[in-house]
Amino acid sequence: MRTSHVKFYQTGTFTVGNRLLSEAERSVQSTLERTNALNSGHRACQGCGEALGARYAIDAAMRATDNQLIAANATGCLEVFSTPYPQTSWQIPWIHSLFGNTAAVATGVAAALRVKGRTQTRVVAQGGDGGTTDIGFGCLSGMFERNDDVLYICYDNEAYMNTGVQRSSATPPAARTATSQAVGSEPGNVFGQGKNVPLIAMAHEIPYVATASVADVRDLETKVTKAMSMHGARYIHILVPCPLGWGAAPHDTVNLARLATESGLFPVFEAEHGEITDRRTIRRKVPVEDYLRRQKRFAHLFKPELRTDVIAQLQAMADRNIRRFGLLDKEEL
Amino acid sequence: MRKPFAVTLDVGSSLANLTGSWRSERPVYVDRLPPCNATCPAGENIQQWLFHAEEGHYEAAWRVLTRDNPLAAIMGRVCYHPCEGACNRGQLDESVGINAVERFLGDEATRQGWCFDPVTTESGKRVMVVGSGPAGLSAAYHLRSKGHGVVIFEAEPLAGGMLRYGIPQYRLPRAVIDSDVQRIIDMGVELRLGQRIEDIQATMQQEGFDACFLGVGSQIGKRAYIPAGDARKITDAVGVLHQMEGEHKPLLGRRVIVYGGGNTAIDVARTARRLGAEESVIVYRRTRDKMPAHSHEVSEALEEGVKLKWLSTITAADEETITVEKMELDDDGFPQPTGEFETMPADSVVLALGQDVDLDLLNRLPGLTIERGVVQVDANRATGVPGVFAGGDMVGGERTVTVAVGHGKRAARAIDAYLQGVHHKPAGKHELATFDRLNTWYYSDAPKSIRPVLDIIRRQSTFDEVVGGLDEANALYEARRCMSCGNCFECDTCYGVCPDNAVIKLGPGKRFRFNYDYCKGCGLCVAECPCGAIRIEAEPD
Ligand SMILES: Cc1cc2nc3c(=O)[nH]c(=O)nc-3n(C[C@H](O)[C@H](O)[C@H](O)COP(=O)(O)OP(=O)(O)OC[C@H]3O[C@@H](n4cnc5c(N)ncnc54)[C@H](O)[C@@H]3O)c2cc1C
Ligand SMILES: Cc1ncc(C[n+]2csc(CCOP(=O)(O)OP(=O)(O)O)c2C)c(N)n1
Ligand code: SF4
Ligand SMILES: [Mg+2]
Repeated sequence: MRTSHVKFYQTGTFTVGNRLLSEAERSVQSTLERTNALNSGHRACQGCGEALGARYAIDAAMRATDNQLIAANATGCLEVFSTPYPQTSWQIPWIHSLFGNTAAVATGVAAALRVKGRTQTRVVAQGGDGGTTDIGFGCLSGMFERNDDVLYICYDNEAYMNTGVQRSSATPPAARTATSQAVGSEPGNVFGQGKNVPLIAMAHEIPYVATASVADVRDLETKVTKAMSMHGARYIHILVPCPLGWGAAPHDTVNLARLATESGLFPVFEAEHGEITDRRTIRRKVPVEDYLRRQKRFAHLFKPELRTDVIAQLQAMADRNIRRFGLLDKEEL
Repeated sequence: MRKPFAVTLDVGSSLANLTGSWRSERPVYVDRLPPCNATCPAGENIQQWLFHAEEGHYEAAWRVLTRDNPLAAIMGRVCYHPCEGACNRGQLDESVGINAVERFLGDEATRQGWCFDPVTTESGKRVMVVGSGPAGLSAAYHLRSKGHGVVIFEAEPLAGGMLRYGIPQYRLPRAVIDSDVQRIIDMGVELRLGQRIEDIQATMQQEGFDACFLGVGSQIGKRAYIPAGDARKITDAVGVLHQMEGEHKPLLGRRVIVYGGGNTAIDVARTARRLGAEESVIVYRRTRDKMPAHSHEVSEALEEGVKLKWLSTITAADEETITVEKMELDDDGFPQPTGEFETMPADSVVLALGQDVDLDLLNRLPGLTIERGVVQVDANRATGVPGVFAGGDMVGGERTVTVAVGHGKRAARAIDAYLQGVHHKPAGKHELATFDRLNTWYYSDAPKSIRPVLDIIRRQSTFDEVVGGLDEANALYEARRCMSCGNCFECDTCYGVCPDNAVIKLGPGKRFRFNYDYCKGCGLCVAECPCGAIRIEAEPD
């Protein structure tokens, strides 16, 4: 996981590519040979983090499996913007499923491949946070429990975007959605609800669980590659900002993912068999306010009056993550 | 074609869907001017030579560097590097050690025996260059590389101007001057040493020169009136430093007073220490922070035991003492006399109060305008006399080596145009790559590497070079700290962060292109480009 950290100083160590590195050390996204699994012409919004995250993840999985990959896709923005009949943006074999049964469909594909003896072909399942943490959760937990040979990737944009930004169990507290309006004394999504699916996945003691974001492609690719080197049930949860649903500028997508991780609100870590093995430490710590201010879904925390109380609650969440996952190097604490 | 059940349309790729039509703004690749380049008086393309050095391609780096400045090894030692003051990296951690890398490249050129490209086509024109200081050398180099015949006339027995007869050896070893100069001579430049030009027009006519570049510098030490019982003990700094190059070293005595606050004062005071003076005291009328000398040179002098006496003016000099008057700064920061006097022991007093241009030669050339003691030139360094150009210390402005080199280059371009019968128009400048254009997240934290410094005892007694060079590993590291402000360094970030695959990677050295068929104009590439090499523009109608 620390591959994104610096071995020797050089221009652009945190960039997508680096002409000073040997070919083998370069990221998939910097190469001409990347699959472009999600091709141009898709109908995602300008600056869509989900489109970006999906290409990052699947291109890495393609390289890791020597292009022997099948994807099972849940309904959600990713499916809708990539495959309006009769066109598709996918440059890999994929199978459509329902909103809530992707994990089960992927399990079936993996079982079929096993029966056919095509063990070199690997399976990924992809879904949004709604499809993963809410409606598809039963199927997902079953897939974990049976340790089916599937990598499940959740693209977390923190709400049901495809149907008009409804709250999911991954929506952060205080965020405004269509179903958690910014009204009343406690505007936006409530505190104290929701679930942390990466931790729940860990509780299944599956071989591999990781979180990642579109702000660090090298870290994301390393995790996908590692996951594809393993067998059994694996889960990667990727934070993918949504300009439309978050009320943010399209050019801010990567920056918001960066602020989410650098503030501690979104902890980036990995775990094997239920135990945390590594975490991505914060490089330039920022207060949560820097992250919140750039999104209209949190606008009510700043106008008409500054809700320092609510911001403090969110900051406390970030601080807890920092403590809990050890997100700051010791000397910085 | 028979279709499967319930399928009525031919399936196809989303490439049929040209999402570029969504766009209201479009990204475009630009080259912005990095602040280092913008600030370099010699007009070096610093960012570009660092780019080559980063890859360990030192010869390529040196060739880019010397396109603008032929004196790399010299510059790497004596340049006051305004580039580093402007370097954007200074706002992140510390500026890039540009000067140290330049020195490494300059020294590497000598170690490896790199030469300038031979001149392939002769223009048949001849240009006379008066003075072999940095201005003259630079003009000669640039004129020669454009194919003109060049003769440098130099009054002194050796080339270099103030590089040799001003700057002390412990800062600039003479072998370094020799090799940088020789490389220019090797291009086919003729250097006539020990030939003082008395009449510019006459020489031009006699030898059939088509144009002339004057780089005679400012050689005459300014004097101040000090009532002196023994006038022999008062000398001037340029004279002392000049004598250092001859056989008879100056005799300054045990207690040397240097009067002035510039770099020359520091050089003389440090030279006096090395000549054996027990006390070498700089007397300056203002405070240390007001000294025009660069603070690192002041610090180096203090380390070597030079003393500073500020807020003082010398009012009289007697056989064994001088009298100084204490000053105090008024509200405007100007020193005012206080009427308090003090005597100090002194065997000699060296005046380091600046230099004047020797106007004898210039007054003989009709058409030359001289104001406030310096020759007037236009932006092309052209004087009022057709075909006669001038640069360096003699034209006023900042008096540094890099400025002189820049003048020589600019004049050479203008002379080249003049010889072709056209007027030289410099190319327009790109917009500046300011710090706020960068996304510095992408640069790893990397503090500056420090150049080794000569042991203090050896610095007090010998003329060995004080500041060492970087070794290869450190020079490489330092080059890699460059952020490539405003100029694509092919980091693939735009290629990576585009959610629409609308960035086409063209391969090493070829950079990228936008595919406007699919670019939705989100601006992610613009926001994430580390070096600010992409601009967002309104979509043309
Ligand atoms: C002690 C000292 C230290 C300095 N240190 C630095 C430093 O560290 N960094 C820096 O950037 N700058 C430094 N400078 C300033 C720098 O040296 C000058 O700005 C620079 O050398 C000017 O270059 P030039 O070519 O215009 O003139 P010069 O270097 O003065 O060269 C002029 C040449 O013309 C010759 N000449 C004059 N008249 C005639 C004639 N009639 N015929 C033939 N030849 C003639 C002279 O002999 C001389 O060789 C220093 C100056 C001094 C005095
Ligand atoms: C059973 C069922 N209920 C509702 C829907 C409507 N629906 C389609 S996509 C979607 C939201 C998807 O949200 P999420 O999984 O978070 O993906 P996103 O669009 O945010 O990427 C909903 C509610 C459906 N397709 N099937
Ligand atoms: S970082 Fe590099 S390109 Fe930018 S100003 Fe500094 S030296 Fe120049
Ligand atoms: Mg969602």
